[in-house]
Amino acid sequence: MSYLEFLKLVSPEAIVVITALAVLVIGLTSARTAAVCSAVAALGLVIAVGAVLMLPRHAALFGGMLVIAPLTSLFKIICMALAFFTIILTTSGRTRPHAGEYLAIVLLATVGLMLLVGSEELLMIFIGLELLGLSLYVMAAFDKTDVRSAEAGLKYFLFGSTSSAFSLFGISLVYGMSGTTGLAAISAKLATATVQPLLAVGIVMTLVGFAFKIAAAPFHLWAPDAYQGAPIPSAAFIASGSKVASFVVLGKIVLVGFAPFNGSAAWHAMVAGWSPVLAVLAALSILVGNFVALAQSNVRRLLAYSAVAHAGYTLVGLVAGGRDGFSAALFYTTVYAVTLIGAFGVVAFVRSETGGDDFTNFAGLASRSPMLAGCMAIFMLSLAGIPPLAGFFGKFYLFSVALRADANQGLLWLVLVALFGSLISLYYYLIVLKAIFVDEPLEAGADHLSPITNHVLQKFTVSLLAGAILFLGLMPDMLAARILAALS
Amino acid sequence: FVFYELVIVPKYFLIAIFGSTNKEYGAMKLTLYSFCGGMFVFAGILVAYVTAGSLDLDQLAQFQFSSQLQSWAFPVLFVGFAVLAGIWPLHTWAPTGHAAAPTAGSMLLAGIVMKLGSYAGLRVAMNLFPQGFQEWSKWMALLAVIGIVYAAAVALRQRDLKFVIGYSSVSHMGFVLLGLAAGNMLGVSGAVLQMFSHGVIAALLFAVAGRMIYRRTHTRDLDALAGMNLSRALPFAAFTFVIASAASMGIPGFSGFAAEITILIGTWKTYPLAVWITGAGVVLVAAFTLRALKQSFFGEAGPGVLMQEGQAVVDPDWNEKRHITAAEKIGACLLMFTTLAVGLYPKLLLDRIMPAVEAMRFLHTIAR
Repeated sequence: MSYLEFLKLVSPEAIVVITALAVLVIGLTSARTAAVCSAVAALGLVIAVGAVLMLPRHAALFGGMLVIAPLTSLFKIICMALAFFTIILTTSGRTRPHAGEYLAIVLLATVGLMLLVGSEELLMIFIGLELLGLSLYVMAAFDKTDVRSAEAGLKYFLFGSTSSAFSLFGISLVYGMSGTTGLAAISAKLATATVQPLLAVGIVMTLVGFAFKIAAAPFHLWAPDAYQGAPIPSAAFIASGSKVASFVVLGKIVLVGFAPFNGSAAWHAMVAGWSPVLAVLAALSILVGNFVALAQSNVRRLLAYSAVAHAGYTLVGLVAGGRDGFSAALFYTTVYAVTLIGAFGVVAFVRSETGGDDFTNFAGLASRSPMLAGCMAIFMLSLAGIPPLAGFFGKFYLFSVALRADANQGLLWLVLVALFGSLISLYYYLIVLKAIFVDEPLEAGADHLSPITNHVLQKFTVSLLAGAILFLGLMPDMLAARILAALS
Repeated sequence: FVFYELVIVPKYFLIAIFGSTNKEYGAMKLTLYSFCGGMFVFAGILVAYVTAGSLDLDQLAQFQFSSQLQSWAFPVLFVGFAVLAGIWPLHTWAPTGHAAAPTAGSMLLAGIVMKLGSYAGLRVAMNLFPQGFQEWSKWMALLAVIGIVYAAAVALRQRDLKFVIGYSSVSHMGFVLLGLAAGNMLGVSGAVLQMFSHGVIAALLFAVAGRMIYRRTHTRDLDALAGMNLSRALPFAAFTFVIASAASMGIPGFSGFAAEITILIGTWKTYPLAVWITGAGVVLVAAFTLRALKQSFFGEAGPGVLMQEGQAVVDPDWNEKRHITAAEKIGACLLMFTTLAVGLYPKLLLDRIMPAVEAMRFLHTIAR
């Protein structure tokens, strides 16, 4: 095909790259250009979203390296929306030095997300994973004045590169066994093969890299420090965008690529395959994430452990398999990503007003800014799974799909573990809300209780996100049906 | 289910922000217990949905679930609902929560929210899984009877008036569960009637204890109240509390009697032993109610209490009106009138309850 056609197909990614470079250049021109850079970045993302909408419905390049399908377009838009909200988050708080570079890296990470989502070929997936990962490592360590940021970046980087190395090794083993790297081709070649030990090792090692990215236990140890130490927009992006894209890719890999080996995780009828592996990861993540979150006193760390637990819930959807399972998992992770960005938005406010983000810093938020407190209530309750918020419907879809997947409700054990985890999680989400609504702030001085009046744009964004959660809770089909349709 | 869960979180904030004794602990305990019950319910609903393929209650009621499924799904679903109804031994959230809640909160909690559990248990659990119900009904009856007697016995030892009323709520809800366990027309209708009647009575009791007494004397400790001779200071409150106690004890003429007797007659047909044990429980109920009544209102004025014109001075520090306000009187009178009306003419409600219970299919599938 001609180069122009190719360019049209990759136009979203190209636009974002150009925006990143533009922002980089603008950032160098003068000192106080943070606002201009953010505006340019946001504009670039909006144009890229428009470009996605103008893509043809179906296309595939280079044996699956770039796939254009309704699913990939939908998730490219979702990832860019999450990046858009992250960029708005960067404008709150104190003005960051090197704003242009930061935004450029955010945009490059977004390109990584889009490459991940749009690929069905193992090498391209790996490239996307690395692009995303490297950008996120830098973003996590970006705050040079805070030693915790450096710690976060270092831990994330060490963990991440090791896991990527595992993944690459696993991919090479799978390639060795099957002779191709395109997912559909792999599944065709492997359909006739038996599970040799080397292939099993390859599959598990590939999964390790992705389990790290989604912060599934026991590969989650980077998450608390990364969420707590990194600058807030970085943490928000890690929590939202990278999770969504990772789940899309993980789903494609196991459901398309490794489809012949799915095995079964039903209680009385376990069959070897990737399904029991993911089921064990899910159960472990749910239990570890929820139990350790109980002991936290810092809201960001608590959100990190809850991220582990939510990765577990989403994995349940993948274990269930099939179109329904995949769409339930994607719905849940999208809702989760929106919730987390909103929650981090509120944390950003609290941090800039009180200098920290422990529970004690959140005390009294209800009187200072009822709107922010209300939004945080919506986010926390959605995470806990209280109807009529979106989180509840996400869980409902996940669990009903899991139970339907097997004729004898074989996955009931997993659903029961997940329900137990949800029960525990209500406690720590309520503790956060208790700190906000019930506790008295420590310093009772009048100036500390001033209402939070500035940063209108961020407040508007946070309330927009809360409204989205409420809306998706009342009409979940708007998103769920779209995802299901995109998958068929 | 959505609305069932919706109730949980506002309760937390109501109690944690506006409550009194040990409010944060009470609020969290109540919320966690309710949510735990909710999770059990969620599991049961999911299983039912996945097996039957529909969420419509009518369709689900007609669907024939396998009896193997029913034998484990029914207890899960019912226990989930019954936690909110205060089934023994998962009832401990109720006294703590009621005592911690503000007055209006307690009235809502005991009067309505506890009924949500039993109503849902009847309408969802028993209706969808009739064979499961048949298998488990004797355990339900056992737990109900234990609840009645145990709660009444514990109430006898309480020092805080609101705790007494909280335990009495658990005991009365035990009656409801017993009626449901009986599984026949009379038992279930009696249970529904008791749901209504206890709602009114509990609201009345909490109104007196919370608003009339606590707001004015700032204490609910029975020993302290005994020294205040409140029957002289707050005569209307004393009158209301006497009426409420009578209704709670099950004295004929009040709705409590009509409901309880219906339940007991229904239970006699299926579990006669339960009726004997409940009889002992009723005596305990009378005992603790009378004790609470005597100590809170009719104690002799002890030393150390300020006397003014022969009546103890209430609210030494506060700005509450000395006499019961008109709003309080109207509210209490409405409740008292209701319990009297239903007590004297239970057909008023039973005419509506019995056809509805009759229409529930599950009663036809189990021959009692």
